[in-house]
Amino acid sequence: MQILINGKPHEVAEQATVTDALTALGAPASGVAVAVDDELVPRTDWARYRLTADARVEVLTAVQGG
Amino acid sequence: MNESTVDDPLVVGGRKIASRLIMGTGGATNLAVLERALIASGTALTTVAMRRVDAAAGTGVLELLRRLGIETLPNTAGCRTAAEAVLTARLAREALETDLVKLEVVADERTLLPDPIELLDAAEQLVRDGFIVLPYTNDDPVLARKLEQAGCAAVMPLGSPIGTGLGIRNPHNIEMIVAAAGVPVVLDAGIGTASEAAQAMELGCDAVLLATAVTRAGDPERMAHAMRLAVEAGRAARGAGRIPRRYWAQASSPAID
Repeated sequence: MQILINGKPHEVAEQATVTDALTALGAPASGVAVAVDDELVPRTDWARYRLTADARVEVLTAVQGG
Repeated sequence: MNESTVDDPLVVGGRKIASRLIMGTGGATNLAVLERALIASGTALTTVAMRRVDAAAGTGVLELLRRLGIETLPNTAGCRTAAEAVLTARLAREALETDLVKLEVVADERTLLPDPIELLDAAEQLVRDGFIVLPYTNDDPVLARKLEQAGCAAVMPLGSPIGTGLGIRNPHNIEMIVAAAGVPVVLDAGIGTASEAAQAMELGCDAVLLATAVTRAGDPERMAHAMRLAVEAGRAARGAGRIPRRYWAQASSPAID
């Protein structure tokens, strides 16, 4: 199925989890946070949170700013 | 709010902050320049923004702050609505493991002025959610009071719009905010040079938050040092009690007999 990770389409397996999406993105393990469809998904739920087709996954980290 | 000694620490939301100069990290040309500036500033608390992970870019600024022992203050820069700001704050708390948030909800790109309606809404939601909220606000004593009533741990009025370097355009409003506030007042945005940082402290602000004035200065490290001295000098002068302004001269030497 297709999902959006940080605005870009990615092909992932049916029943893929947030952890799978992070792997697909190549995101670092620490210093990041995830929202799916504008809702925070806590780190403790990443491995069991199952994504659905067209899910919008946002993976954020800290950058220079402010 | 605080008239006491030079050396008492800034306390925000029950946390002691070892420096009254809060820095931003935006605008620095590279991390090496930023590192030297942060060290020269003596800052203990520094803002970062939350953006999409760029797997190629890594998390350089976080590693830098950790190495320097500087606490991170995530901001909600770029958010236009309370809903966006609340989600960004929650993501920041999750990513950085801090309850502190510099709440920014701006109305438009041209002015980057806070949207007071959305700001207050977001502040109320985040306080309920257990955050230590430091809102970037207009230099409006009424809004500052409402933010404090909402449970914000500090109020951070602008001197002038972000990045303008126009200094403190309405010192009287800042004084009114200070006079009424029961939480720390942090002058945030608009500082261009050291005298303006000193002025903020002389007006009674508890701290100064700045980024551009240092990161885009000709020599960021030297300007960071200047800002550190200015904040300390302004704080000391505020505590010392300046002389009253007089219309006519008053001789400081004895009169000739």
